[in-house]
Amino acid sequence: MSGDTPAGGPVPAASPEARDTPVTPAADQADSVEEQRVADGQEASVVVPVGAVDLGLAPVLDGPEMIGRRQGAFGVAGSGDTSGFGGLVAPITMPGPSSRPYGGDFDAVADELELALADAGLPMAGAIEKVVVDHGELTLYVAREHLEAVGRALRDEPGLRYEICHSVSGVHYPGDAGRELHAVIHLLSITHKRRLRLEVACPDEDPHIPSLTGVWPSADWHERETWDMFGIVFDGHPALTRILMPDDWPGHPQRKDYPLGGIPVEYKGATTPPPDQRRVYS
Amino acid sequence: MSTTYESGEAFEAAAPADPGPATAAPGYDTTEGRVFTVTGGDWDSITLDPAQENERIVVNMGPQHPSTHGVLRLILELEGELVQEARCGIGYLHTGIEKNLEYRTWTQGTTFVTRMDYLSSLFNETAYCLAVERLLGISDQVPERANVARVMLMELNRISSHLVCLATGGMELGALTAMTFGFRERELILDLFELVTGLRMNHAYIRPGGLAQDLPDKDDKGQDLKVRIQQTIDTLRKRLPDTANLLVDNTIWMGRTSGIGYLDLTGCMALGITGPILRSTGYPWDLRKEMPYCGYETYEFDVVTETSADAYGRFLVRLGEMQQSLRIVEQCLDRLQPGPVMVDDPKIGWPAQLALGADGMGNSLEHIRQIMGTSMEALIHHFKLVTEGFSVPVGQAYQVIEAPRGELGVHVVSNGGTRPYRVHFRDPSFNNLQAVAAMCEGGQIADVVAAVASIDPVMGGVDR
Repeated sequence: MSGDTPAGGPVPAASPEARDTPVTPAADQADSVEEQRVADGQEASVVVPVGAVDLGLAPVLDGPEMIGRRQGAFGVAGSGDTSGFGGLVAPITMPGPSSRPYGGDFDAVADELELALADAGLPMAGAIEKVVVDHGELTLYVAREHLEAVGRALRDEPGLRYEICHSVSGVHYPGDAGRELHAVIHLLSITHKRRLRLEVACPDEDPHIPSLTGVWPSADWHERETWDMFGIVFDGHPALTRILMPDDWPGHPQRKDYPLGGIPVEYKGATTPPPDQRRVYS
Repeated sequence: MSTTYESGEAFEAAAPADPGPATAAPGYDTTEGRVFTVTGGDWDSITLDPAQENERIVVNMGPQHPSTHGVLRLILELEGELVQEARCGIGYLHTGIEKNLEYRTWTQGTTFVTRMDYLSSLFNETAYCLAVERLLGISDQVPERANVARVMLMELNRISSHLVCLATGGMELGALTAMTFGFRERELILDLFELVTGLRMNHAYIRPGGLAQDLPDKDDKGQDLKVRIQQTIDTLRKRLPDTANLLVDNTIWMGRTSGIGYLDLTGCMALGITGPILRSTGYPWDLRKEMPYCGYETYEFDVVTETSADAYGRFLVRLGEMQQSLRIVEQCLDRLQPGPVMVDDPKIGWPAQLALGADGMGNSLEHIRQIMGTSMEALIHHFKLVTEGFSVPVGQAYQVIEAPRGELGVHVVSNGGTRPYRVHFRDPSFNNLQAVAAMCEGGQIADVVAAVASIDPVMGGVDR
């Protein structure tokens, strides 16, 4: 955890080889049975932790967002294909875009926003990547270059009036190629008693998202926390400094590739592995 | 302060020209300016230095300071007694709970979230469980008894939380009797929590799908649970006015809190402030009325508001809310009917059958006998459910409830596994602390204490 590159954690970043052959047995996991199966021409089934492999997919903007894949039937990883179900591979996709009618007053929100954006000279299709209605909640995926304009429209339009920026946080999807970092913004309209979620994605290589502090001053600390925890840079924030971790802390702890560190045990050199390297059934 | 100046002047008269190295505090120059280490009574010698006159000094108040509500660090830029700039330093209680949640099952999550804002733990648990239940699609299946118990426990928790706010706030302003009264009354509620959940704090009692176990029928003295809770309500009804009477018309208390920490509705909207601070501006925004959950729309209570938008108004709002919470708890007692407290889904109801054992918690022997002796499948099922946990469908949900300090939001993301992919708590204290600058700048340093106490931040929730 020293130096400037703590992100190179225990979960290996996707290598070009892994991209070509997504189902690749890790050398230390291939036991003799699997080697035999490989020799017989069968594809070795080794369960790879979700998110550890670049799926080689182009960013999905209008379809359901794929964040990883699930292999096998019991969620276990790292112990070879002991169940025999390792050949089952299914993508993990977040709920896909919804089509009209969205239901409830979500249609009214979408209509108002479209009009407000048109007033600002911005087409809805360019600013809003997709609209997702799931679990009775409305999510707008906003293109990051238009986030501030969308925010202003949402705050000022009388039919929308999202006065309060309730929360800004992040989610790290290492399996969502080109859109690894998501900033999730929750808005509240006290006038209309509505809530709304904005989701803005940016790639790992260019972790920049415009700040909303100019629209809602309350976003200040929330954006600082998101920077602190995920390394998303909120451009235009007046003082984007760490808020929870110490100022000189290396790395961003909430990222999925952040090394967690194990605990050496005082018995014959044994160690307790870090939580992200223990066997899981998820 | 006048005596200090007098003694300073007397001192100056005695040594008018040169305070001398023997009396001045040993200061040293840094790139940021001159730094003094003040120990004990050498303050006057610093103020005697003509070079220090009218200079702004930066005072770190906290993180270890008895009147900053825990490990809050206030960085105050002072000119004399006036606060020119106030900034908060937080993070001293950051424990990485959100990260830890990603390596535990969904059920184990309640054990962690209850430790965030430790004064309103049952709110954290409920908000988290409501969000998980929405992802599971079982929001409608949570049994009525579990819902009523959740509301009852939350409202009792609101009273105990407000009592701590009153008690510590009073202590910080020198009203020590309010402190002893507040903590005494809170103890009554913690006794109820211990009776129901087994623990005074950090309960992990509310679980996705319902409750960890049924409410006990009787208390440790063999008294009916409802009677016992009603007795506590009656005691609180009698005693809360005593605590209030200590302060409501108290000249000193009013002098310390009236007009202090002023933040009007516009400021609240800009800074995203909710809870008692927002209601002290006169705006009756309470999620229990506006966007109800857990069946709050069926309870009778009033939203308490004040119009002074200051620390005194927030104090009155909290007093009123405690009375309203007592009303709700009484209604809960009327509605508490026997029945299940966990969803009727063996894939989620975890652990299957709990009963209070001699140690206070434990599995019922009957259940163990059944799964060990007669049903191998039940044993396997129980084992897998406890060790692996249940899967939650892919998606995300945001659940907000009205916690004692404002709106508590929980954002949960699932990737379809047995552990959360991401959980974020939007804690009201975290957001509301942003108002410190707006409330304190331009005022006296002594009023910072009153203003921060009226925000009532709990650092466990702020730092998580």
